Parts: sequence; structure tokens; C-alpha cells
Amino acid sequence: MSRKFLSGNEAFAEGIRLARPQVISAYPITPQTIVVERLSEMVEDGSLSAEYVHVESEHSALSCAIGASAAGARAFTATSSQGLLYMAECLYYASGGRFPIVMMNADRSTALPWNIYGDQRDSLSQLDSGWIQAYAENAQEALDLALMSYKIAENKDVSTPFMANLDGFVLTHTYEPVDIPDREQADKFLPPYETDNRIDFENPKNMAFSAGPDTNYIFKFKEHEGVLAARDVIAETEKEFAEIFGRKYTGLVENYLTEDADYILVTLGSIAGLCRETADKLRAEGIKAGVVRIRYMRPFPHREIAEALKNAKAYGVLEKDISFGSEGTVYTNVNSALKKADVNIKGYNFIGGLGGRNISASDIEDIFDGISKGTSNVNFIGIGGDSNG
Amino acid sequence: MRPYVRDKKTFSQSEVPENTCFEAGYLVSVNSGWRSIRPVIDNAKCVGCQQCYLYCPDGVISINDKKAAIDYDFCKGCGICAKICRLNAIRMESER
Repeated sequence: MSRKFLSGNEAFAEGIRLARPQVISAYPITPQTIVVERLSEMVEDGSLSAEYVHVESEHSALSCAIGASAAGARAFTATSSQGLLYMAECLYYASGGRFPIVMMNADRSTALPWNIYGDQRDSLSQLDSGWIQAYAENAQEALDLALMSYKIAENKDVSTPFMANLDGFVLTHTYEPVDIPDREQADKFLPPYETDNRIDFENPKNMAFSAGPDTNYIFKFKEHEGVLAARDVIAETEKEFAEIFGRKYTGLVENYLTEDADYILVTLGSIAGLCRETADKLRAEGIKAGVVRIRYMRPFPHREIAEALKNAKAYGVLEKDISFGSEGTVYTNVNSALKKADVNIKGYNFIGGLGGRNISASDIEDIFDGISKGTSNVNFIGIGGDSNG
Repeated sequence: MRPYVRDKKTFSQSEVPENTCFEAGYLVSVNSGWRSIRPVIDNAKCVGCQQCYLYCPDGVISINDKKAAIDYDFCKGCGICAKICRLNAIRMESER
């Protein structure tokens, strides 16, 4: 093991080097650029043996990765924002074809107004595309996710592409000390990709075919079950990861002081650290605050969230996203989880960080204040409640 | 009629593969439900010249014993074969 001072992008690239993808196809876009630059350098200096394909667009980047996966190769791509939206058509081809491609997405705002800074509207708009979606909090988790992602995606019961999301700039471009596992240990953890879902000249099969109304929905049911199967596979993979590398992860969610909390803030991504610090501060003042960090949006942690929130008095959902005319999508998902589990407590939505706007510690204190005293259903930090009340 | 590579078959849930990778040649479903007129070959006039076979956009025409034959499970009734036939050996008849 070695320890280096790395940005989120660089840490993710180190994790991908250890995962030994055979094909990398990507198109540069801020704030993702550095991850593909580093991988390009690794291929150039021989420390990563991969075919690096320079493509002319994001649509082609993912199409190329799909072709590589269909040939039986471990494939990687990365994108952000408009690039993710441009490859949206291919997202469904990858998931429907059950190709376990890994993609890093640097979460960034979507135009217009044009903006290169971080929010989560790009990836959250693609929740229905059939990909597993993970949200990292820090650079170490980013590296570890890169290594674990292939093991989860390539599991036979899962066979689903994996999108690892890093908050643009606040995670992709900030530096921290990161432990880099040894190559031997990484190889032990992640064996080479083997699949029957591939072009095979000895045993030719029809690939990526059409299916009419009689069987199409059966494929979709199986695709759904594949993403759901990731629940157990994520748990098994994290257990094995902890045994080999010593770092423990907590599955679909990470709870902080939720057991006896009256007021819980649910969030995702890099803002979670500041939320936990704010919870500590409020605890010192006698307010029982807690935080749930969603690590995986798909498969969605329905049971875990209901379990964490069931004894609270009220909760809030803080997200860098808005589904215009409705509410934040994470809030919608959390509310569904609670409804199904008969957890009937008040919950409020807090929208912040759009276009990279800073969310401060005092903003989060105000959010906890709103949760405990009651506020509008959907609140824009610094602006107030929406006209839906 | 040209034989299918494999018979048409109703797949149960367990027979549907986990991914889109499977033995080729299975016909997923008959697809001709919207046809309102159908081409009918007059074998007395047909000389097996294969023009209709070449022009059919759906590949449903085959030549058996020097006569054209149409697979009505997949013919959409577009009428191109009747239009292209120089011997007027194909006429379009109403389905109703």
C-alpha cells in the first residue's frame, strides 16, 4: 500500500488502474477531464495495459465501451453533465444489454444557463436508465468505489453497468491523502472479467437483438431484478473489500447518530461531511440531530432509509437537484420508502448547491431548524419555499 | 416457402435469457397485423424472374419451383411486388 495526495479524479483513476480495464473510451469534459488524462498517461507509460480509444463524442464514448463489453472486455468510460445527457441513448443500450461497464460521472449542472460547476441534476435525471448509481463522499471512497464497481457490476446475478458519481470540483478537484492498495491485493480482489454475454466466434450467437411485446417486458423484469440483486452483492463485495484492504463501507446508506435522533437530514455526496459536523454542533446544544448519507441511489435503499428514520420526529432531504414542477427527486424516492414502511413523520425538501452555489454550515443549521420547527415542503436554500406551499 | 431457421415459439419467463445474447434464428413474433391488402401470386403468369424477391423490403418472398411465394406472417402488404412485376402476376386483394 502507498499513500498519495490526490484529487478525487486522480484517486478514481488510480482505482481504475488497479481494476485493469482492457478498453477505455472517453471524451474530455470539465470537471471529468483529469480522470481520463491520468488514465491516458497510465496507458502511455505502460502501467495500465488497455486500448485507449479517442472518440469524437460522448455518444461514441459509451457506444465504444458497449462494443468492447460485447466483445468480452472490461470497459471504462467517464463523463459529466451535457456529456452524460448526450450519451443518454446509449445508457439504455448498455443496461438493457446487461453490459457491466463502469463509468465515472463528475456531477455537474446542466445548461441553460451554462455553468461548469457541480450539482447532481445530470446523474439524477438518469435514474431510470437502468444503471447502478453510487455517490462518493471523498477521494478515498472514490478510489475504493472504482475497484469495487467492477466486482459488483460483473457479478452474474447483477450484470448491470455502474455509474460512480463524484461531485464536480468539490470532490473531483480537491486533494486529500489517499491510500492506494497494492496491485497484488487488487488482483486477488478483482479477477479478470469472464462472461457468456459476448461475441464468440466458436459459438456464434445473436447479440443486442429486438424483442416483441410478448417477451420484451420479461427482459425488463429481469433487468429490474438484476439491479435489485446488487443490494446483496454490494454487501458481500464490501465485506470482502474490508477483509483484504481493511476499509469498511456501510452498504446503500451511511448513518450518523440516527439511532436516537429526533431530526434527521438525508443527503448524498460530498456535502455529507458538513452535515455530520453540523449534527455534532447541534448535539452539543442538546438537539438530537442525525444524518443519513445515501451511497447508492440505484438500487434505492428503501428499507435502510425507513429503518433509519422510523423513530425520528421529522426529517429533511438535502439535494443538489430539482425536478421542475414537482420536487427534488431524492425527496420523492425517500418519501416513497417511508410510505411503504408506514413511517408517518413530517419531511421537508431542501434544494441547494445548484450550479455550484456554496452550501454553508449555517445553511445546514437553518435546515435542521426548519426540520425541527416545520417549514415549506420544498425549500430553495437562500430563497425560501416554492409556490406549491 | 423458405423454412424458418427455428420454429416460432412462445418463450416462458425462465426461457427468456438474462441478457440480449442468445441463439440466432428465433422469430420473436408474427408481424403482419396491420396489413389491409395482400399480394396474391398468379402462378400461371409468374415466371420466377425474382424481381419481386429482390424488391421486397421485408424479405418475405422466396422462389420455390421457379414460382414466387409469400410469407404472410411477415408481409406488410406494401404492394411493391405487385408494382414491380412486369407480367402482372401479382395482384393486391383486400384483407376484408
